[in-house]
Amino acid sequence: MSTVFAVERLKKSFGGLDVTRDVSLSMARGDRLALIGPNGAGKTTFVNLVTGHLQASSGRVLMDGEDISRFSPMRRVRAGLVRSFQVTRLFSEMTPEEHVALAILQREGKSGRMAGNFHAMPQVMREMRGILETLNLGALASVPVGAIAYGQQRLLEIALAMALRPKVLLLDEPAAGVPHSDTFLIENALAQLPGDLAVLMIEHDMDLVFRFAKRVVVLAAGAVIFDGSPRDVTEDARVREAYLGSYAHASSAA
Amino acid sequence: MSATDISPSAAPAVRTGRPWQRDLIGVAVILLAAIGGYVLFPDNLALLTRIIAIMLLVLSLDLVTGYCGVATLGHAALFGAGAYAAGIAAVTFGITEPLSMIGIGAIAGAVAGLVSGVVILRGHGLAQLVLSIAVIHLFHEAANKASTYTGGSDGLSGIAPDPLLGLFAFDLWGRTAYVFGIVLLIAVFVLLRILVRSPFGMLCRGIRQDPVRVSAMGASVKASLIRMYVISGAVAGIGGALNAVSTQVVGLDSLSFTNSAEALVMLVLGGAGSLFGALAGTVVFMWFEHVVSAANPFHWLTIVGALLIAVVLFAPKGLYGTAADLARRFARSKP
Repeated sequence: MSTVFAVERLKKSFGGLDVTRDVSLSMARGDRLALIGPNGAGKTTFVNLVTGHLQASSGRVLMDGEDISRFSPMRRVRAGLVRSFQVTRLFSEMTPEEHVALAILQREGKSGRMAGNFHAMPQVMREMRGILETLNLGALASVPVGAIAYGQQRLLEIALAMALRPKVLLLDEPAAGVPHSDTFLIENALAQLPGDLAVLMIEHDMDLVFRFAKRVVVLAAGAVIFDGSPRDVTEDARVREAYLGSYAHASSAA
Repeated sequence: MSATDISPSAAPAVRTGRPWQRDLIGVAVILLAAIGGYVLFPDNLALLTRIIAIMLLVLSLDLVTGYCGVATLGHAALFGAGAYAAGIAAVTFGITEPLSMIGIGAIAGAVAGLVSGVVILRGHGLAQLVLSIAVIHLFHEAANKASTYTGGSDGLSGIAPDPLLGLFAFDLWGRTAYVFGIVLLIAVFVLLRILVRSPFGMLCRGIRQDPVRVSAMGASVKASLIRMYVISGAVAGIGGALNAVSTQVVGLDSLSFTNSAEALVMLVLGGAGSLFGALAGTVVFMWFEHVVSAANPFHWLTIVGALLIAVVLFAPKGLYGTAADLARRFARSKP
C-alpha cells in the first residue's frame, strides 16, 4: 500500500463552531473511497479545506509525503490534486472539445501560448477525441456547453478531471442533479477512470456508493465516525444513529 | 476521424476549421472600407484617421472587457500614455521617426496596462469599476501636473514627425497619416485574431465565463489577466501614438474619463467579445456623432442617447453580434 494522499488531524472552526474536527484519513493508489454523511456533516467543507479553497485552522494535507497545506489552490492542482464541483462549473459558451483541449494544454503548460490553435496540435486533438469518445461525448464535441443536457455536462466535468491526469481526484457529488435513470451513465464514466488513480467521492446516492466504493468513510458533525468496508457500514451503530438519530434505537428496541 | 466528422454538429466544426478565411475576409473588409473612405471623403481624412486611432483603443478594451470580462471605465489611461509617450519622445527627446514613436507608444501603453491592471484587478465587480475610474483620474491629474513635459492643460504641441520610412512626409491633407493608420490597424487586427484563437485566448474566454473553474484546472487567473492587460496596453498605446503622430498634438482629453466611457459605449454598441464588433461599433458611433452633430448641433447628444438605448434594448449583443446571429439563423433555415 503506497500512500499517495493523506490528511492529518484537519480542523476548521468558524467562530466558535467546529465544522471539521480532527479529520484524518489516507488514500493509496487505486483507492475508491466514498465519503458519506448526513446533511451538514461537513463533507463539502472537507473538500474545500483539502483543495485550499478554505484555510484550515490546523492540521496537514500531504501529497506523496509532501506537505501541501500552505499551497494555493492552483499549486495543489499542479501537485496532482484535482476536484470536481457539486454544481457544474463549466464555460457555457465553449464547446466540450475546447474544454478538454484547454485542460490538456494547461496540464502540459501550454495554455499561455499566444499563437497557434489546438486544432493544429495532433497530439492534443487525439487525446481530446479519445477522452470524449470514452465518455460518449463525441457527437457533442462542438456544441456549446450551454446547449447540452445537464447529465452530459456532469460527464464533461469528469472528462476535465481525466484530462488533467491527477494523482488524487475528489468528486463532489458527481451524480447530483442527474435523473436517477441516468445515474448509470455517471457510473460507467467513473468505471473508465485510470486504475491507479485514487478517487474520493462524496455521494448521497447509496446505490452508486455501494457499487463504486471499496471503502467508506462516514462523517458526522465534522468528525470521522466510521472508516471501513461498505459491508460493515450498514451494521455500524454509530452510523445508524448519525443518520437516523433516536429512531435508530427505537427500531432496534421494537 | 470519420466518426466525429460526420456528427450532426458538423456545421460549427466548419466555423472553427477554417479560421484563416474569416481573417482574410476581415482584412479585405477593412481594406475596402479604407479605400471607400479615401475615395468618398477625401476632405475628412483627419476624422477617418482619428477613427482608426480610437478603433485601436476599442480593440484594446475588447481584449480585457469582451474577452476577459474585466469591467473598466479607465481604459483611456493606456491610450493617453501611448499618446503622451510618443509626443514627449518627439518634443523633448527629439525622437521624430514615426515608427519609433509608435514603438515608444506601444511600450508606454504596455507599462500603463501593467500598472492599471495591477490596481484594477485588486477589486471585483463594482469595486473594480470604481478603481478603474480612480486610475483614469490619477493619470489625468499626473499629466496635468507634469506640465514641463506634457504642456499641462494647454496640451503638448510641436510634434513634428519625420517622413515615414524617410519617403512619405506627413502632408496637410493627412493622406500619409491615413494610409499609415490603415497599415497599423490591419497589422494589429491580424495579430489579435491569432491571439484570440490561441490557447491563451481560449484560457481568457474561460476566465470570463468561470474563473473558479479555470483555477481548478491549475491555471493562474490573476497572472493571465495581467498579461492580457499588458497586451491590451500595447494596442491602446499604438492607437494613442498614431493619434499623436497624425494630429501632431496631444491634449489632456486623450486621458479623460469621457474618452474611456465613450470607448466602452462603442464596444457595447458594436458587440463585446468580437474584434469585428469593436471595429463596427467605433465606426458607427463616431460617424453617427460626426453626421448628427453637424445636422443638429443642439440635440445631437439626445439622438446618440436614443440610438444607444435602442441597441441595448433590442440588440443586446451589439450591432455585429446581432447581425452575426441573424446571418447564422438565415444560413440554417435555408437548406
